[in-house]
Amino acid sequence: MKAALSYRLVIRALPWLTIGLLSLPVLSGLAGALAPAFGWLPALGGEQLSLAPWRELARAPGLGEMLRLSLVSGLGSAAISLAVVLLFLGSFLQSPVYRRLQGWLAPLLAVPHAAAAIGLAFLLAPSGWVMRILSPWLTSLDYPPDFAFPGDSRGLALILGLVIKEVPFLLLMSLAALVQCRADARMTVARSLGYPPLTAFLKTVMPGLYPLLRLPVYAVIAFATSNVEVAMILGPTTPSTLAVAVVGWLHDPDLTTRFMASAGALLQLLATLAALLGWWLMERLVVRLSRGWWQDGRRHCGERGWALVARWAMRLVLGLMLLALAGLALWSVAGYWPFPQSLPWPPTLANWQDAADGLLSPVAQSLAVALGATLLSLVLVLGSLEAETLRRRPLRPGAQLILYLPLLVPSVAFLFGLVMLQAQLGQQPGLLAVILGHAVFVLPYLFLSLAESYRRLDPRWAQQARSLGAGPWRVFMGVRLPMLLAPILTAAAVGFAVSIGQYLPTLLLGAGRVETVTTEAVSLASGGDRRLTAIHALLQLALPALGFVVALLLPRLLFRRRRGLLLSH
Amino acid sequence: MRHKRGLLLAAMLAVPGIGQAFELSEWSTVTEAASGQTVYWSAWGGDSRVNGYIDWVAEQVEARHDIELVHVKVGDIAETVSRILAEKSAGNAREGATDLLWINGENFAAMKERDLLYGPWAEQLPNFSLTAPEQNPEVREDFTLPVEGYEAPWGRAQLTFYHDSARVAEPPRSMPALLDWARENPGRFTYPKPPSFFGTSFLKQALLGLAETPEVLYEPVGNADFEAVTAPLWRYLDQLHPHLWREGEDFPAGGPKLRQLMGDGELSLAFTFTPSAPAASVLDHQLPPSTRSYYLDEGTLGNVHFVAVPFNAQHKAGALVVANFLMSPEAQAHKQDLSVWGDASVLEMSRLSAAQQQRFEPESRAAESLPPQSAGTLLREPHPSWVESLEAAWRQRYANP
Repeated sequence: MKAALSYRLVIRALPWLTIGLLSLPVLSGLAGALAPAFGWLPALGGEQLSLAPWRELARAPGLGEMLRLSLVSGLGSAAISLAVVLLFLGSFLQSPVYRRLQGWLAPLLAVPHAAAAIGLAFLLAPSGWVMRILSPWLTSLDYPPDFAFPGDSRGLALILGLVIKEVPFLLLMSLAALVQCRADARMTVARSLGYPPLTAFLKTVMPGLYPLLRLPVYAVIAFATSNVEVAMILGPTTPSTLAVAVVGWLHDPDLTTRFMASAGALLQLLATLAALLGWWLMERLVVRLSRGWWQDGRRHCGERGWALVARWAMRLVLGLMLLALAGLALWSVAGYWPFPQSLPWPPTLANWQDAADGLLSPVAQSLAVALGATLLSLVLVLGSLEAETLRRRPLRPGAQLILYLPLLVPSVAFLFGLVMLQAQLGQQPGLLAVILGHAVFVLPYLFLSLAESYRRLDPRWAQQARSLGAGPWRVFMGVRLPMLLAPILTAAAVGFAVSIGQYLPTLLLGAGRVETVTTEAVSLASGGDRRLTAIHALLQLALPALGFVVALLLPRLLFRRRRGLLLSH
Repeated sequence: MRHKRGLLLAAMLAVPGIGQAFELSEWSTVTEAASGQTVYWSAWGGDSRVNGYIDWVAEQVEARHDIELVHVKVGDIAETVSRILAEKSAGNAREGATDLLWINGENFAAMKERDLLYGPWAEQLPNFSLTAPEQNPEVREDFTLPVEGYEAPWGRAQLTFYHDSARVAEPPRSMPALLDWARENPGRFTYPKPPSFFGTSFLKQALLGLAETPEVLYEPVGNADFEAVTAPLWRYLDQLHPHLWREGEDFPAGGPKLRQLMGDGELSLAFTFTPSAPAASVLDHQLPPSTRSYYLDEGTLGNVHFVAVPFNAQHKAGALVVANFLMSPEAQAHKQDLSVWGDASVLEMSRLSAAQQQRFEPESRAAESLPPQSAGTLLREPHPSWVESLEAAWRQRYANP
C-alpha cells in the first residue's frame, strides 16, 4: 500500500505547487510595484509614503491619449478577432474548409509576436513589399511615398498586427470548447429544423460556446491592452501606448522616474481591468438585446454575405501572416535591396554565414530554457489533472482564475516588482530564474491545451487496469500516459512555443545573462539591420515549428506497432 | 572532460581569494587577482559590428589574462542601471551581477550622483597615459561633468550628417540651411524621438547653433532662464516639423531606425554619431554606395564614451584589466578598423611608436563615404542637467497632439 500512499501524497501536493507557481510571482511582483508607486523605495531616498508619483503621472504629457490608445487597440483587436473567428466557425463549422484550416493553426500560433510584427511592418510600410511590387509601373514612384503606416496615430497598424496573432489563438481555444459544448450535436438538430449554418451556430451553439471562450477572450484583451513588443514595432510614437511608455519610464536614466513608472505600471493594471469590465458590460448588453432574437424562430440572418465576409477576412489574416513571413525570408538573403526592387537580387547567403557563429549560444540557451520550463510545467499540469481524477471533479472557478492570472495581469505591472524581489531574496539572476519565470507563462497554456483530452479519457480504462491488480502509479504510467501521449506532446509543443517567444521575463529575470533567439531578435530590431533581424525572427519561428513536428512524429514512431493508441482519444 | 573538471575545481578553490586581494597602485596584483575571473560586461547589443568587436575582445582577454568576458547585451544601458539600483536597495553590496558598463552622459551623471560607481580607478590604469589627458581634456570630462577617475575613456563620437548623393547634390551645411532644404524636400529628413540618444543630441545640436548665448548651456540648467534660452529652438522646430518625414507627427525610435529609413529610400538626409558609420554601412549593404558624409559648418556635437565599474561588482580586478586592455593601442586600432567597427580612437597618436601609429591608417574601401579628414569644429556637450529639461519640454510640446 506504500505505493498508493506515495501516489496520493505526490498527486495531492502538485496542484498546490501549481497554484503557488502561478500566484506567488504575480502577487509578490504586484506588491513590489505597489510600494514605489506610493513613494517607498529607500535606495532612491523614498522613505515616506506619498501620492507624489501619481501626481507626477497625471502630469505626464499625452497620458489620456496613451490610455485611449491602449484601450482602443486592445478592445478593438479583441472584438475584430472574435467576430472573425465566430463568423468563420458559424459559416464553415461542418465543412471541409474548417478541417483544412485546423492543420494551419498550431504553426500559426507558433509565430512569435515580435516576428509577425516585424514582418508586417516591412510588408505595409511606404517602402515595404506591397509598394515595391506596385512601383514604379502603377504608382510611378521612384522613391517611397510618405504616408504614416505602420505607426499611424490611430493605432490601426497595431490593431491589425494584434488581430493576425489573436485569430489563430481564439480558433485553437474554440476547438476544445466546441467539443465540450457538443457543438456538432447542436448544429445537427438546428440544421434538421431548417436553420442554415450561421444562424444555427449563432442561435444554438453560441450560448453554450461563449462561456467556455470567455477566459481566453479575456486573456486576449489583457494581452492586447498591455503588450510591449507589438506596440513598439507597429504602434504610434507620439504618444505611444501606456505599456510602452511605462517600459520607457522604467529605463529612464533619471532614476527618480522609477516612482512614476511604478505608478504607471499599476495604472496599466487598472486600465486592463477597466477594459475587461467594459467588455463584460458589453456582454451583458448583447445578451439582453439578443434574447428575443434567439427565440424568434427566424431562419435567416444574411447568411451569404456574412459567409463571404468570414471567408475573405480569414484569407486576409492568413495571407498577411504568410506574406509577412515570406518578406522576412527574403530579407535574410538580401544584399543591398533598394526601393523599388521587388526582389533582392542577387540573393546571398553571406548574412546567414556571418550570423552562424553567433547563433549557436542563443539557440542552445533558448532550448535549455524552453525545455526546462516545459518539463516543469508538464509535471505540474499532469499532477493537477491527475488530482482531478482523484477528486472526481474538474477545477473550481476560483482555481480556473488562478490559472489565468499570469495571462490577465499585465506583465509590465508585476515583472519589475519581481526583479526587486529577486534581488531582495539574494537569488542570482540566470538560467534557473528565467526557467521559473517562463514556467509562469508556459503553464497556463499547457494546461488549457491538455485539460480537455485528459478529462475526456474514458475512466473505464483505469478501472479495468485496477481490477487487473495494477497500482495507481502503474495505471498512471502504463495506461494513462501512453494513451494520452499525442495530446501531451502537442500541449508540450504549445508550451515550448510560448517559452521561445518570451521577451520581458527573459530580459529582466536573467539580467541579460541569458540570451535567447527572442532577446537577440528584439535587441537587433533596435539596431535596424533588417537582414540580421530577419534571420533571428526566422529562427524564433523555426524552433517552435520543430517542437510541433516532434509532437506529431514521435507518437507515430513509438506506436508504429500499436496503431490503436493513436486513435483512442 | 577530466581536464576541464580539474580546471573547474581549481577555479572553485580559488574563489575565496577572488575580488579582494589587489592594490590599484601595484598593477601586477590586479592582473593576478583578475586571472580566472568571469567579467559580465553590460553593453548595448543592437549593432552586430559592435558585438563582433566585443567578441574579439573576449578572445583576447581570455588568451592574455585568463579572463572569461561575457557580453551582456542590453537594448538600453539604463536597464542595467535599474538592476544595480535594485541590488543596492536590496543591500547587495558585494555580489552585483554587473562588472563593467558601457556608459556616458546622463547615465553616468545619475550613477555617480547616487554612489552607484566604484572608483576612482581609471587614471591608475597603465594605458591611461596614452590618452595624454593634458592635451585632450575631453577624456576627463563627460558632458561637462568631471570624470574623476570613475570611468575610463573607450571611444569618440561626433555628430555627422550623411546623404544620398544620387538624390541630393548640395546638402544643407547649417541649421538655417537645413530648414530651407526641408521646405524644398518635404518628408525626406527627420530626427529620432527624444529621449532616444540621437534625438536628444539633435535637440542639443540645434540649440547650440540657434541659442543667442550658447555659453549658458555649459552650466547647470537651474542657473539659466530655460524659456528664454530655448525659445529660438522651439520657434525653429515649429517651422521645421511640418516638412519632416510623416509631417513631424511620428518620429523614428532611434538612430539605427534612421539608418534603416535611409536604406529604404524614405529619407535622403540623416545623421549619425559615429563618423565612420555611414561608410561601414555601405560595406554592410545597408546604405547605397552613393552615400556621402559631412560636418556642419558651425561645428557639430562631439563626446567621448566610457566604461565604468558598479560599486558592487563582484569581479572588479577582472573589469579593470579589461578596461585597460580596451585602451591598449592594439584594441583601439582594431576598433577603428572600418571593416570591424570604425569607432574613433581615444589615444594620442604622438604617444605611440611609429609601428603602432601605422595600424591606425584607414583602408581604402568605401573611403569616399567617409567624412572629410579635417574634422569639423567639435562642439562640447552641454551640462547633463539640460538633457532632462529639453526632453521634458519637447514631450510637452510635440508628444501630445
